[in-house]
Amino acid sequence: MSQVDAPVPVSFTVNGAPYSLDLPARRLLSDALRHDLRLTGTHVGCEHGVCGACTVLVDGAPMRSCLLFAVSLDGAAITTTEGCRDPDGGMGPVQQAFHECHALQCGFCTPGFVTTVTAYLRDHPDPTAEDAREAISGNLCRCTGYVNIVAAVQRAAELLAPQDQP
Amino acid sequence: MTTKLFGERVPRVEDARLVTGAGRFLDDLGHDALEVAFVRSPHAHARIVDIDVSGALDVEGLVAIYTYEDLAEDTTTRVAERLPLLIPHPALTHGRTQHALAEDEVNHVGEAIAMVVASSRYVAEDVADRIRVDYELLPAVVGVEAARRADLLVHEDVPGNVAAVMVQQAGGDAEAAIDAAPHSLELDLAIERSASMPLEGKGVLARWDPDDRSMLVHTSTQTSTSVRQAIAAKLALPVDRVEVVTPDVGGGFGVKIVHPWPEEVLVPWAAKRLGQPVKWTEDRREHFVSSAHERGQLHHVRVGYDDAGRLRGLSVEFWHDHGAYIPYGLIVPIITSTQLLGPYKPGAYRVEFRSLYTNTVIVTPYRGAGRPQGCFVMERVMDAIAADLGLDRTVVRERNFIQPGEMPFDQGLVFQDGRPLIYDSGDFPASLAKLKELVGWDDFPALRERAAAEGRRLGIGLACYVEGTGVGPYEGGHIRVETDGSVVVSTGLTSQGQGHQTMLAQIVADELGVPFEAITVTTGDTRRFKYAVGTFASRTAVMSGSAVAMTARKVRDKALRIAAQALEAAVEDLEIVDGHVQVKGSPTGSIDIGAVAVLSNPLRYAFDGAAARATQFAAPADPSRPPIGPGEEPGLEGTDYYSPPRSTFANGMHAVVVETDPDTAEVKILRYCVVHDCGTLINPMIVEGQVHGGVAQGIAGAMYETLAYDEHGQLLNASFMDFLMPYVTELPAKLELGHQQTPSPLNPLGIKGAGEAGVIPVSAVIASAVEDALGFRISAMPISPSILFDLRRDFAAGGIEATAKGRTRA
Repeated sequence: MSQVDAPVPVSFTVNGAPYSLDLPARRLLSDALRHDLRLTGTHVGCEHGVCGACTVLVDGAPMRSCLLFAVSLDGAAITTTEGCRDPDGGMGPVQQAFHECHALQCGFCTPGFVTTVTAYLRDHPDPTAEDAREAISGNLCRCTGYVNIVAAVQRAAELLAPQDQP
Repeated sequence: MTTKLFGERVPRVEDARLVTGAGRFLDDLGHDALEVAFVRSPHAHARIVDIDVSGALDVEGLVAIYTYEDLAEDTTTRVAERLPLLIPHPALTHGRTQHALAEDEVNHVGEAIAMVVASSRYVAEDVADRIRVDYELLPAVVGVEAARRADLLVHEDVPGNVAAVMVQQAGGDAEAAIDAAPHSLELDLAIERSASMPLEGKGVLARWDPDDRSMLVHTSTQTSTSVRQAIAAKLALPVDRVEVVTPDVGGGFGVKIVHPWPEEVLVPWAAKRLGQPVKWTEDRREHFVSSAHERGQLHHVRVGYDDAGRLRGLSVEFWHDHGAYIPYGLIVPIITSTQLLGPYKPGAYRVEFRSLYTNTVIVTPYRGAGRPQGCFVMERVMDAIAADLGLDRTVVRERNFIQPGEMPFDQGLVFQDGRPLIYDSGDFPASLAKLKELVGWDDFPALRERAAAEGRRLGIGLACYVEGTGVGPYEGGHIRVETDGSVVVSTGLTSQGQGHQTMLAQIVADELGVPFEAITVTTGDTRRFKYAVGTFASRTAVMSGSAVAMTARKVRDKALRIAAQALEAAVEDLEIVDGHVQVKGSPTGSIDIGAVAVLSNPLRYAFDGAAARATQFAAPADPSRPPIGPGEEPGLEGTDYYSPPRSTFANGMHAVVVETDPDTAEVKILRYCVVHDCGTLINPMIVEGQVHGGVAQGIAGAMYETLAYDEHGQLLNASFMDFLMPYVTELPAKLELGHQQTPSPLNPLGIKGAGEAGVIPVSAVIASAVEDALGFRISAMPISPSILFDLRRDFAAGGIEATAKGRTRA
């Protein structure tokens, strides 16, 4: 074992499940999620932090998993698009909104949008269209021209809004 | 009655997997495979003097290093040969392609020299870093102007850097017609390079089974069937020992149609040699410097016209930069040559192009494929004529339109499919009227004045295009009804996010009469369907859509024949509704289509409950007739193919209102309107999504994206930090769409392609509007604020002429 790949212990949760891993210090969080934990919903589009496809939530905050070393996440709670599902495994509200609004085509960038929008709507539950554009302004999509993604952000806000009690 | 799904906004069946993280893209597979990294040339043009791997051999986890020598030593295969020239053409007299690993010379930065296989990508890159390559540097040829100057050559044996000279003409002597016309003008027009740039790069995973002597390859491609043939040919394997599967693909836009990419040969070759699964996943920098680009062309135009602005003659000469090699032949410049004509009658037309080598990444079709350049040229000509004659730009276009009554219209040229350029349908005057209404063309002067009163500078532009879609030779479909009533559909071409599973299921549901939910569609898997061409040229809906419709009709007829016996009714009295065969209008006494599938396959053995109903002592049968009648086959299934005589021609028109910032020269899009005619719509939601994405890529190419090579052939912006792919903030918040539907007479469903359309006229329409706002000619795209700032200053200083007589300088 070369020194660069000497294992370092790290513990974190992903989508609520605890993991204790021994990983090379240079292993990216994106690779650890995808190839060690086989959570392949997180995608890697540029590996230099620009496209946002690899965005995951670290203790609730959107972060680029391609720019983080996995071993630096000791004690963190990580959420991926798999963790944005409904408890029954179906589409969660943000995912449902993307489906309803045709806000994805190839779907490669979508997991990064889902996590980003999930975090945004937690803090901004009632975004205007302009707010919605701001919310997704750090993620690249090559297929949709973003028109339907903006609509999906607003639709997701509707789906997440507390229902009026009769 | 079953609800008709053709034409409905059916939500996509693909989505649930993709949004929840259950998609399966190339790098989501083969977690235990060995991984590959490449040593790629850092020089644009060099001879390889020596490759020294000695410093890399002690890296733990290294499995193998391969160079061209290893390929050449393997005489049992053909991996050392140059990659194929996929589309030969008589005019392509000097076609050159690359080796999978460079032999002794590299011709662009990024060309692969050595392949490293290791336990992980991390280790493979460690090894690649330690391999030393000595080069003898050669001067690089970069850009069209350097290539045509030809004082330096890319390939020593290609004089003038010219791979091909091609001329097409129609309608008489163009030069004479121009000379004889009352008016004429000349334009020089340029479009820079851009690239498909899907969010997922390429990738290949190969698994060799030494016991079965078979190869299973997953690759992020736009053509699995042809990759299969290519791998079999290169590895000298029988074709039936190779299968190629396209997993979920994270966007293609053209760059994944070329094949085999070097990696599609090398990864399977290494997997077979090593007896272990091997995977390569392209990273972003590799994609920039070793996957294909497009668009770079210079054009010189002469046009002659009468007092009304009608074209008498048009002569276009252009120079196409195809990069270091030319595996995809002349498709892009042929498309520019022919599709340049758009919806117009050009009078006498002559076009001549030269396809030139440069020491840059290869050029192959990118969404639009030569049409954005052609459209830019023709629409600049229309605007220039309007300015010269002081006519409204829509009037000049109207006067040159092919009229609906003239369809089918033969332009007298040969299109990219080798077939005549005959427009089959379209109503250009109606489309233009719709666009003018949508954008408020006639009200714009008042709007411009009001804005000017506030110190704001507005411009309006329009551009029209015609797009040959659904090129042949063919696609096919296979449909099988299972005994539980589920319906499995497959077609050979691949998907990269266009919603093919949804759209094809809509067609099958209607044609076969089964519930949409019962249908599963597979694309791009050679284990399921062996014969296909691929996904390019906006052809899936036309080709596979027609093929599965024809197949569904065949299977429906078979179901009716079998059910007619069971129901003791005449075939013509039966129908299939919601998965049940019944006497027309009479749901009682129906038989479900799964039961028909059981009856279609007479059995000896009852392996399950459904099968028991078809065994020899269970089913009533005429003992005098064979269980499978003459001409019939077991199973409720069928295959059919659609092969059109020629392409079908979609069309459209865009209009845009822009505002230019008086200080920064930034161009802001205020309105963006599209009228689009792709014949009948299968799923308007999906079509609109295609238009959205196409326009976004068009705006990217018109205002942001270039591939900035320096004079040494170094790509200066090979990252997403420097290549300005638009975020949402760079694109208009709203696109206003109008559909014009003139069905194609060439296929059973009246479909014309929709995939590429959105991108085609965008550079033309933005140029038209910016020119209108500022009053001087725009002749090169993309246009950035800094370029526009300089042009505006030159114009103010009298350095460039005004486009229209009487326009004042800013």
